[in-house]
Amino acid sequence: MSMISKNKILNVLFLYNYGQKVAFRRCFSVSAGSRQFDYSTDPIDPSEPTFDKILIANRGEIACRVIKTAKRMGIKTVAVHSIVDSSALHVKLADESICIGPAPARESYLNMEKILEAVRTTGSQAVHPGYGFLSENAEFVKILENENVAFIGPNAHAITGMGDKIHSKVIAKKAGVNIIPGFDGVVEGEDHCIEISRQIGYPVMIKASAGGGGKGMRIAWNDKEAREGFRLSKQEAASSFGDDRMLVEKFVDNPRHIEIQVLGDKYGNAVYLNERECSIQRRNQKVIEEAPSTFLDPETRKAMGEQAVSLAKNIGYGSAGTVEFLVDPQKNFYFLEMNTRLQVEHPITEAITGVDLVHQMIRVAKGHKLKLRQEDIPIRGWAIESRVYAEDPFKNFGLPSIGRLHRYIEPIHLPGVRCDSGIEEGSEISIYYDPMICKLVTYADTREEAIKRSLNALDHYVIRGVTHNIPLLRSILTQPRFISGDINTKFLPTVYPDGFHGVDLSAGERNNLAAIAACMWAKDDVRSRGTTDSISIIPTKWQLVATILDQEVHMEVRKQSCGNFEVIVDGAHMNIQGNISFGEPVLELKVGESSYVVQLISKNPTGTLRLRFEGTPFNVKVVTSKAHDLLKLMPEKPKLDTSKVVLSPMPGMVKSVNCTVGETVVEGQELLVIEAMKMQNKLVAGSAGKVKAVHCKPGQAVDDEALLVELE
Amino acid sequence: MAEYLPICDIRLLTMSLKALTWTALGGRGFRLPQVLAIYRANSTAQQTLEVKSIIHQKRETAYLGGGPKRIQGQHKKGKLTARERISLLCDEGTFVEYDTFAEHTCTDFGMEKEKYPGDSVVTGHGLINGRPAYIFSQDFTVFGGSLSSIHAKKICKIMDQAMLVGAPVIGLNDSGGARIQEGVESLAGYADIFQRNVEASGVVPQISLIMGPCAGGAVYSPALTDFTFMVKDTSYLFITGPDVVKSVTNEDVTFEELGGSKTHTTVSGVAHRAFENDVEALLMLRSLMGFLPRSNKQPAPIRVCEDPWDRDVPGLDTVVPLETTDAYDMMDVILSTVDERDFFEIMPAYAKNIITGFARMNGRTIGIVANQPKVAAGCLDIDSSVKGGRFVRFCDSFDIPIITFVDVPGFLPGTAQEYGGIIRHGAKLLYAYAEATVPKITVITRKAYGGAYDVMSSKHLRGDKNYAWPTAEIAVMGAKGAVSILYRGKENVQQYEQEYIKKFGNPFPAAVRGFVDDIIEPRTTRRRICEDLALLSNKSLKNPYKKHGNIPL
Repeated sequence: MSMISKNKILNVLFLYNYGQKVAFRRCFSVSAGSRQFDYSTDPIDPSEPTFDKILIANRGEIACRVIKTAKRMGIKTVAVHSIVDSSALHVKLADESICIGPAPARESYLNMEKILEAVRTTGSQAVHPGYGFLSENAEFVKILENENVAFIGPNAHAITGMGDKIHSKVIAKKAGVNIIPGFDGVVEGEDHCIEISRQIGYPVMIKASAGGGGKGMRIAWNDKEAREGFRLSKQEAASSFGDDRMLVEKFVDNPRHIEIQVLGDKYGNAVYLNERECSIQRRNQKVIEEAPSTFLDPETRKAMGEQAVSLAKNIGYGSAGTVEFLVDPQKNFYFLEMNTRLQVEHPITEAITGVDLVHQMIRVAKGHKLKLRQEDIPIRGWAIESRVYAEDPFKNFGLPSIGRLHRYIEPIHLPGVRCDSGIEEGSEISIYYDPMICKLVTYADTREEAIKRSLNALDHYVIRGVTHNIPLLRSILTQPRFISGDINTKFLPTVYPDGFHGVDLSAGERNNLAAIAACMWAKDDVRSRGTTDSISIIPTKWQLVATILDQEVHMEVRKQSCGNFEVIVDGAHMNIQGNISFGEPVLELKVGESSYVVQLISKNPTGTLRLRFEGTPFNVKVVTSKAHDLLKLMPEKPKLDTSKVVLSPMPGMVKSVNCTVGETVVEGQELLVIEAMKMQNKLVAGSAGKVKAVHCKPGQAVDDEALLVELE
Repeated sequence: MAEYLPICDIRLLTMSLKALTWTALGGRGFRLPQVLAIYRANSTAQQTLEVKSIIHQKRETAYLGGGPKRIQGQHKKGKLTARERISLLCDEGTFVEYDTFAEHTCTDFGMEKEKYPGDSVVTGHGLINGRPAYIFSQDFTVFGGSLSSIHAKKICKIMDQAMLVGAPVIGLNDSGGARIQEGVESLAGYADIFQRNVEASGVVPQISLIMGPCAGGAVYSPALTDFTFMVKDTSYLFITGPDVVKSVTNEDVTFEELGGSKTHTTVSGVAHRAFENDVEALLMLRSLMGFLPRSNKQPAPIRVCEDPWDRDVPGLDTVVPLETTDAYDMMDVILSTVDERDFFEIMPAYAKNIITGFARMNGRTIGIVANQPKVAAGCLDIDSSVKGGRFVRFCDSFDIPIITFVDVPGFLPGTAQEYGGIIRHGAKLLYAYAEATVPKITVITRKAYGGAYDVMSSKHLRGDKNYAWPTAEIAVMGAKGAVSILYRGKENVQQYEQEYIKKFGNPFPAAVRGFVDDIIEPRTTRRRICEDLALLSNKSLKNPYKKHGNIPL
């Protein structure tokens, strides 16, 4: 016995050492199927001089990401944070931290004065801006330069050149990069916007010159939409970037969104680190990314890469950056924009190339030359990133939700899984910042295996307390079109034309889910009757009915002597194997021959079990067949007529109220605008009628499902 | 002789039961000896069979209550019948009925012609999750569930039995009120029940589930029980209905407004919780019973716990906001601490500034009382004091340990509160805590100010374990108020405020005096409480002998 356990320990130790060794080896040669993350391409050289201390002018996952590499490089880190972020993960991870103001970003993470003060107080030698906030702010870079503090990113010239979408096109054209037809100038007003749009020809894309991340961006197919899109985008741009200059360009229909990662140094050297396929988007925000792309052939990849490098060299780009392209079905590619920062989805590039991009950014910022040559950069294996957001995917593919994570477990114990997050159990997802929970990246030898790992990882991901988009992410990964690689930016509206409503269960899957729920119910029944003062014999057989989405499944459940359950549905016998425990957040169960990873989210005494099954949460009502019969006698309670009321679709702030009590409104008329996480959502009347009551006013914070306007 | 006697017995029995048959036979001109002869000749077997069939018939009639038509009517109203309710409440096949054949004795108003076996209530005992309970279920299909003297006697019988055996009494109320035809007999019946309600109080748990009308004097039985629940839309509780209200006070009010579940669970506090429909209400009741002991002589049941008792709860470290004036949801604290987030809340819609309810820690039942900073800053006012006080007394009666989570800025000031008698009502909660001898564990999560600190299961009220989280502030009042008194008329108020905060805005002043036993990391709260409960399970504390205390009612 002791021999065995000793062997086990040795084995574990061996694996641990082995893993470490592998991390430092340049070439990867572990057997297929066990591919793990590593930064083996140009690893950290401890003898290379670097900064003593850097400040990370950001929050959340990206701040944590930067801190991790800085730590590995032996650099001390300083976190800055707003008051609400005082106990955030990035603050805990950093060596020092400084509070820079109240929650609104404008007063903290965008407050250059405060950040500069923090740099001075802590004696930081460099600033990593992460993405968003001040990452593409040339003024900030200049100020740092004057202070003699290094900016871990490109120079101000490159940021200015690329940050402005109008100007960037001109530069890109000069550098020999393919360009989309459009208007090279600032749009002056709604009428001007329509005029230009007509010239280019619909559809057109109206977007903020300073924009990014899908904010301040709208597509218009006609004059009416152009007018409305211009107005809303301009408002968003003003509130998000403080710059409401707009531009218009041809909208390429059915394109793929593929971007090239580039890396340059201060000596005019630049390489490309292959592409990232980012076509799965909703409202121009990426949902799932992968590297490499199934669509690119080596020639196209090379052509795109070379154009990207040419652009980088042309603007003297000395850091990590991304050149975004639209690629049409004929593999024509057009320059979209260049992001002069570390991109959200950079981990997938790191996975397939083995390059630590943050390490490289810090190196070149310190003034080192790139050691990497183009031919050093491999494509090994496949990586997929799923952006896990605090969003309700059933509403418009994702509207922000907020809450406290009362249970939170990342699936990092699984092979080939990397989680970049800035939160932990107990963290609060607030309305102030981006609702991202985590970037879940899986990595494997093949795309097929990477998808499989993603599915497994999503199933094991425990997030309780906020609504999240795992149901959608998991569903996308199982779509035949995704599996075959047939994707473009219209993937979501095409695959889910009526919106996303959760995974579709086949009759067999429904029975399996019902069987699992019934066994849980039975197990709870056994436990309830087995209390210390119970005087009854515990039953071993139950007649149960489970109701899932209005479909009934009638079952007989039997407890076998071995403790497992047997469920009989329509004469078919199924064995349910695995440990059903009310204390375990994730259960691995087998129903007949099918294996499932199930999460019991909650249960209540009336028999409703909320189960996450194949990614989607289902409310399964389990009752005895007697209770089921009696339930049928219970009257249906009248539901709220949703056409006569306007409820807040998410927690947020009332931006404007565009109706008054007594006013007659028509169906579809905009009644008010709710802003949450910097996104504006207009709420319209569900039917024509007179406004009976308005329950909110501009500037007021409202909860999800809050009653805002009532119609007569 | 030995052979003869039984026959004789059966004959005599038959004779007495079959008075009608005698008359019928006599009417045809048979004289008594002749009839006897016929019976002997035709054998008594026939008689036996006939009796059997009548028993069967009566039982069947009893099972149908007021008949199929009335059952249909009951269903149409969205209500289950008295027996359907029992069948859902009890484990299958465990209900044993009393007095199925009891009938009313009223002979006025033609009542003698209308009799139903069992009359308007079904009584008996059954098992709920294997644990015995006595149950009465009023049958609205028989005389509108009205209370006759036999109805009352049936209820009293099971209440007496329940106290004798030590098992809870559950009443499923669905009754139009007194049986007017019986007059004072009916009133006597109510009083008999009230008397038993009071005697049983603190001996066995008594639960009322109002599943239809409950009006007039009838309301006082539920009011005397430990918990009153209602079914939404189909149940009403009031002293007098809308018509009488209109004639007396000229108020226009609907049934629902006057005595519906919403009124009683949010405004009056008469009912402790409301459920969607009959089925849900009964299933919830089953769940509640799983927390309660059978009687004051037996400990609460222990259920197998699958949630590790020593689980760290990292989320608790960040639940209290850094800004001391920011609100947070105390429910987060409760749900994260107890077994499997399983919490049966009592009075969830009433006086929401205090949370009360049952949960388990490592399988043991506990009662939770917690200030809710999310509502009215978690202050104590009249309603929350009464709510908390009654709950604490229930727990103490039935030996259920009390866990108190404290974040209280004090008692609510104002004329409304003072005129309403906050002093005597607040004293109820104080009295209840001070009197309680069950294990008392207190966790101060943030504020514990003024008199409210004393009240909320403080060390001084014999708290067994009193913990403070690092965010705890135990003081006479908040900095602003204190400074305005201490430094009245002085300038530099802000500086004094800072000084005060520095001095009292932390758990140390209490900790150095031993008023809190320890300052604990919030994440360890669950483990600490589970350990303490195990330790305190043999706690023995007695109040001085008295007839009973005089709680400030």
